[in-house]
Amino acid sequence: MIHGNMNLNHYLIEKKSTILKKWFDAVVETYPHETSTFLRKQKAQFTNPVGYTLSEGIEHLFDALLQGMIPDTVSRFLDSIIRIRAIQEFSPSEAVSFIFQLKKVVRLELGKEILGQQGIAEELAVFESAVDDLALFSFDLFMKCREKIYELKANEAKNMTFRLLQQARLIVDNQD
Amino acid sequence: MAKLPKPEELSKIDYTPPKTSWMDTPVVFKEGMFCHGSKPKSLELVGFPNPRDWRPADADWKLPENWKQILLEGIAERLEKYRSFRLFMDICVRCGACADKCHFFIGTGDPKNMPVLRAELIRSVYRKEFTLAGKIFGKMAGARELTIDVLKEWWYYFFQCTECRRCSVFCPYGIDQAEITIIGRELLNLLGLNIEWIAGPVSNCYMKGNHLGLEPHTIVGNLEYMLDDIETVTGKRIKPTFNRKGAEILFVTPSGDLFADPGTYTCMGYLMLFEELGLDYTWSTYASEGGNFGFFTSNEMAKRLNSKIYAEAKRLGVKWILGGECGHMWRVLSQYMDTWNGPADFLEVPKSPITGTVFENAKSMKMVHVAEFTADLIKNNKLKLDPKRNDHLKVTWHDSCNVARGMGMLEEPRYVLKNVVNNFVEMPEDTIREKTFCCGSGTGLNASEDMDLRMKGGFPRANAVKFVHEHYGVNMLANVCAIDRATLPPLMDYWVPGVKVAGLHELVANALVMTGEKERTTDLRGEPLPGIEQKEEKA
Ligand code: SF4
Ligand code: SF4
Repeated sequence: MIHGNMNLNHYLIEKKSTILKKWFDAVVETYPHETSTFLRKQKAQFTNPVGYTLSEGIEHLFDALLQGMIPDTVSRFLDSIIRIRAIQEFSPSEAVSFIFQLKKVVRLELGKEILGQQGIAEELAVFESAVDDLALFSFDLFMKCREKIYELKANEAKNMTFRLLQQARLIVDNQD
Repeated sequence: MAKLPKPEELSKIDYTPPKTSWMDTPVVFKEGMFCHGSKPKSLELVGFPNPRDWRPADADWKLPENWKQILLEGIAERLEKYRSFRLFMDICVRCGACADKCHFFIGTGDPKNMPVLRAELIRSVYRKEFTLAGKIFGKMAGARELTIDVLKEWWYYFFQCTECRRCSVFCPYGIDQAEITIIGRELLNLLGLNIEWIAGPVSNCYMKGNHLGLEPHTIVGNLEYMLDDIETVTGKRIKPTFNRKGAEILFVTPSGDLFADPGTYTCMGYLMLFEELGLDYTWSTYASEGGNFGFFTSNEMAKRLNSKIYAEAKRLGVKWILGGECGHMWRVLSQYMDTWNGPADFLEVPKSPITGTVFENAKSMKMVHVAEFTADLIKNNKLKLDPKRNDHLKVTWHDSCNVARGMGMLEEPRYVLKNVVNNFVEMPEDTIREKTFCCGSGTGLNASEDMDLRMKGGFPRANAVKFVHEHYGVNMLANVCAIDRATLPPLMDYWVPGVKVAGLHELVANALVMTGEKERTTDLRGEPLPGIEQKEEKA
């Protein structure tokens, strides 16, 4: 197939389904073998929520990258993925590593021929820097999720002691 | 927190895990995934073996020298005693139907949380020590030696199972992993390998009658605060009785209802309902716990803790027992109490004094779940209800594993709910009724230090709530379980902010029109009723 003067976005749209499939594969391969097999059953929204969220999420993120990072889409879908990764993986690097896999997949899919075309390298640099932005944003989300976990632990303790403190008259009602 | 690696560095790291067989993948104790070890005092108080200070993450668990012998003898004894256990050890064909049905597997992605593998942890040792094939062929026959690493693996994964029984629904042979976990935990208990979040409540319950160790005056005091709140909302002062001999009914509820929000609102609901009915009932400050964490240590301990319920019913001379909203409490009561502590022939077959309905299903045990009791009241048109007072809520229903899957109580709470709220939405089919997803924190795993585990295990449940929240605006998750009321709020807070949690009888009491009450302006939480804010603004 001869490509005329297509720009990077055209190629990415053309190869979208393969890229997404490979990106998804790269993500689920970070799980043990038996688990990745299960996660690939991506259509079951309720019985395979992790697989579903990952596959739905990366598709929207990919679209968002092509359309110039729509903030609402990015934060919504990135959040849903990172919220899972933040409790499944304990280091931030592991949790967000999947973002970087996209760069690798895209380069491999485009292949030398396309990458060598005029102007593509520059566009790719822009694209990849947008991917890096996603990753940075993911680190923030990751930290927020971890903070939330600490907050939940603290709240639980507080809630449990509330009535006892009230008993001990340490908490005075507003009306009193 | 470690220094963040640079993006370029990250893209080079290979996260693909090594492909080793599960038997050769040793367990790694991850922070946030397990609970604190039991304290010596908690074990001593009830005479449990091997009380000592120990930490699960430490290499040395301070086990008795003959720990292996103790365990093997323990297995042999239980194979003899429980036919189901031997059957479950033998008949699994490893078809894999259960593999992806466990919320802990779905949420953690850890293959050892597949029910079939969880069972295999113990089954492999059974094969090695108790079957000929295992003795001869060893690993080829799926058999392995009981080592300290295997023991640690048992501990880690038997405390990552909430005994919810979801997997058993899908097993063609009906193999019930919950039963295997129950026995697994019993075996661990022989070596003093409990968690404090279970051992503490057990010893409290043994000494004081309830998990929290509340003494009689504290129980009364806590209820007094609720009575104040009820008076503020309804203008009515309720005067319940305690330890009253000759009452018709003894009411027993999980102590969580007495103690922490939102359970306390459910408790206010009971108080208001019983007042409106003029029920001849009493609270007990001794049988002050319906729940039974003993069930998460050993059959014997569960029996000891449970004995107070019939004993108190006998002492007070009541006719029958009414039980509050709880999950595991109900499984223990309905499936074991009669055998353990019965026969309760000094009690009568429960009969609702309001409707005359005889609860034939409770003929032997003599105890009725409050959801059944209230459903019967509504069916017989005995309550004046104004569901509009719950119009600020869009409610969905969480089937608690023990009452729904365990006992088939699916319709009664729904029937009550539909009569007290106008906006009710079911969650997707694969996640409710007998296929319901666990809260992820049952069987004593609702400590704080294992919050990561709880968030993962509860994810499938939360994911279904998120769906009805986003599509139908659901903002309230109702249930009939004290553990749910304690554990679903943080679960919602993490996964679906904006959804609150309520017990069924909180919603009943919101809707209940009480004789002589003042015009209500708030619900039980003190939040303005729908329409009230506007009215006030106009005034
Ligand atoms: S479904 Fe039953 S028989 Fe099949 S692997 Fe699971 S426990 Fe074994
Ligand atoms: S009983 Fe529940 S928690 Fe335990 S393995 Fe089965 S599905 Fe998982």
